[in-house]
Amino acid sequence: MDIRSQISMVFHLDKCIGCHTCSIACKNIWTDRKGAEYMWWNNVETKPGTGYPTKWEDQEIYKGGWEKKNGRVVLKGTGKRRGLTNIFYNPNLPVIDDYYEPFTYKYLDLIESPQGDVQPTARPVSLITGKPIDIKMGPNWDDDLSGTPDFARNDPNLNHLSEAEQEVMFQLEKMAFFYLPRICNHCLNPACVASCPSGAIYKRGEDGVVLINQEVCRAWRMCVTACPYKKSYYNWHTGKSEKCILCFPRLEAGLAPACMHSCVGRIRYLGVLLYDADKIKDTVHKDDHELVDAHLDIILDPFDEEVIRAAKMNGIADSTIHAAQFSPVYKYVKEWKLALPLHAEFRTLPMLFYVPPLLPVMATVKQVNNSDDSKKMNPMAKYWDDNWLYDTSTKELWGTLDQARFPLKYLASMFSVGDEEKIKDKWMKLMAVRIHRRRKTVGDISDEKADAVLQDAGLTAEMADGIFYLTALAKFEDRFVIPPAHREQAIEMLDFTGDTKGETGFGFKSKIRRGV
Amino acid sequence: MDTLNNFFLIALPYIALALFLVGSIFRYTRKGFQVSSLSSQFLEGRRLFYGSVPFHWGVFFLFFGHLTAFLFPKGVLAWNSQPVRLMILEITAFIFGISMLIGLVNLMVRRYTTPRLKPVTNKMDLIIYLLLIAQTFFGLWIAYNFRWGSSWFSTLLAPYLYSIFKFQPDTTAVSLLPWAVKIHIIGAFLIIALVPFSRLIHFLVYPLNYLWRPYQQVRWNWGRRRIRAPRTPWSVQRPKNN
Ligand code: SF4
Ligand code: SF4
Repeated sequence: MDIRSQISMVFHLDKCIGCHTCSIACKNIWTDRKGAEYMWWNNVETKPGTGYPTKWEDQEIYKGGWEKKNGRVVLKGTGKRRGLTNIFYNPNLPVIDDYYEPFTYKYLDLIESPQGDVQPTARPVSLITGKPIDIKMGPNWDDDLSGTPDFARNDPNLNHLSEAEQEVMFQLEKMAFFYLPRICNHCLNPACVASCPSGAIYKRGEDGVVLINQEVCRAWRMCVTACPYKKSYYNWHTGKSEKCILCFPRLEAGLAPACMHSCVGRIRYLGVLLYDADKIKDTVHKDDHELVDAHLDIILDPFDEEVIRAAKMNGIADSTIHAAQFSPVYKYVKEWKLALPLHAEFRTLPMLFYVPPLLPVMATVKQVNNSDDSKKMNPMAKYWDDNWLYDTSTKELWGTLDQARFPLKYLASMFSVGDEEKIKDKWMKLMAVRIHRRRKTVGDISDEKADAVLQDAGLTAEMADGIFYLTALAKFEDRFVIPPAHREQAIEMLDFTGDTKGETGFGFKSKIRRGV
Repeated sequence: MDTLNNFFLIALPYIALALFLVGSIFRYTRKGFQVSSLSSQFLEGRRLFYGSVPFHWGVFFLFFGHLTAFLFPKGVLAWNSQPVRLMILEITAFIFGISMLIGLVNLMVRRYTTPRLKPVTNKMDLIIYLLLIAQTFFGLWIAYNFRWGSSWFSTLLAPYLYSIFKFQPDTTAVSLLPWAVKIHIIGAFLIIALVPFSRLIHFLVYPLNYLWRPYQQVRWNWGRRRIRAPRTPWSVQRPKNN
């Protein structure tokens, strides 16, 4: 057992409102400078949709991640041989047009143009060339399913669905979508690290944050290809690659990363997980259908005496072990088994987990006549004349899951390597919590029924209350359990983030000057 | 004539080598952030192929070709003792030279006709393009007109270069060579001198150690087992990364 600690995250997709506040918070702190304008270390996509960069999930195009070939797990588009020979020209590098050409508007024209008969306009100009451009695409061009024929219809996850199933998804009345916020997953088997010929990328032992050393990166661009999530970006101005740093300077100071701190929907949770590094190798070699389970098996129980002892042997601080015991991530991922990794088939062992969304699925399950019930309600109570309601009866509930508006298959292709049962399991749990809470607050569901539902979903009443608490009520300290970084022992940086805004990193401070 | 010869064939090489050594070491150790290949593939990824690939493979083989002739002049002469082998060597080298020239011209045309590349192009790039094109052109010219280069390089130039490195410069043989060869020599030293001042520096950091390093890299800011040992002194430790 080689126990290490990892700061990892859970995003509760039911709660994301797609406001992009997270993206802006990140942009303001880290990527608001030349060469990085197009980068969104944190971005939010509408699903179904092609995402950012376009179709990033399709590894036949981008050749990212690992693949299992004759029992061996190898980098798909990079690696030692390809990395060193394709160094002059990387055939699998996404180019700026796969993201979008960054632009701004000539706002000054609005103020400074001379008096005339027509209103002045602010023309869009490219942030690369400075010349006027016609904007063709942006990082959220397909927000809320806009431009569906071009974007949502081309979602790589739809490949697993039949024609008919796809049609059903896009029928106007049934159309549904959800948001997928993405940051770097700070993987346990990071393809970006493995692909970097200069060895500039590394994983920090203490907290698992994956970083690119800006002084060692030489613009060989292999990480951009290798990361299957396309979360390593090439800065065209400085000639260095950059990626999400999980706001490590903030973490070290005990603050939540900016995207998480600012999250309006409070969908984000962050905490420590203890895992067994010795199991990584076996896990990535598992077959596709065992991958998710094996991935979750790496994570260890922080209350287990044996685990605590081994963790201490490995130099993990008591405070970190303590934080692991209170980790909301541990609860979601292991205790309640509600969260899944995104695209585990890329085999990088991502450490960002998602609670698959239930809402778009259940919104109009059944038409009922509510008017009699409504009349009985307290006249002060706000009631809806809405006859579309969640179906709360167990039999029909579990029965309708298969015919949900959002095909199980689609979500399974994203979160469980195609295993529909896994998604169903999460949905049942999410629904059971709602039914359980409805019994408690509205009281129109019999205890018998509610208990049966909980049992079906494999939850106890305490668990359901716990899930409810962490989902709906949790305060800041519950959502972010950040272990002290013990900088008194290892000072990586003692910089204040504000001082270094717009600079190229931490640890060394110099003006961003491109090499010649 | 002698002063000129002395300047270009003795002073220039020493200046160039000194600049190269001191400049490269300084830039690598003190200005690591500015050591990069500054790839522009991200902004233009199609035409680059027809420039970068022929150029780099050409320059790769020719560089090691020259290096071999310098390091093992006897070996090259022995190889050349059979006309067939000599022809193979000369023709291959010539083909790589042409590939390099084509690549360079493509790269240069690409850089100056793609609007997006303008913001990532500087004056030094132009100087390097012109210098490399001239150098390649003269190389091909010499190979074609003064045969067989691989043989007389080993007998005339290798000793001259050795004399430079032994700090006993001896230009008697080279000063008699045709002007085209002298220009090629001067060009070579100019390029060497410009390495630390241009993007050429990236060839020094070709990531060979990728071959033997493990794929994954984990770095610890502290000796993780030692930190808990009771006898470890309590001290602040500077991190090794960054
Ligand atoms: S998500 Fe991509 S960039 Fe982040 S650690 Fe994993 S492979 Fe690397
Ligand atoms: S800030 Fe939160 S709710 Fe808003 S888009 Fe980002 S993740 Fe979703």
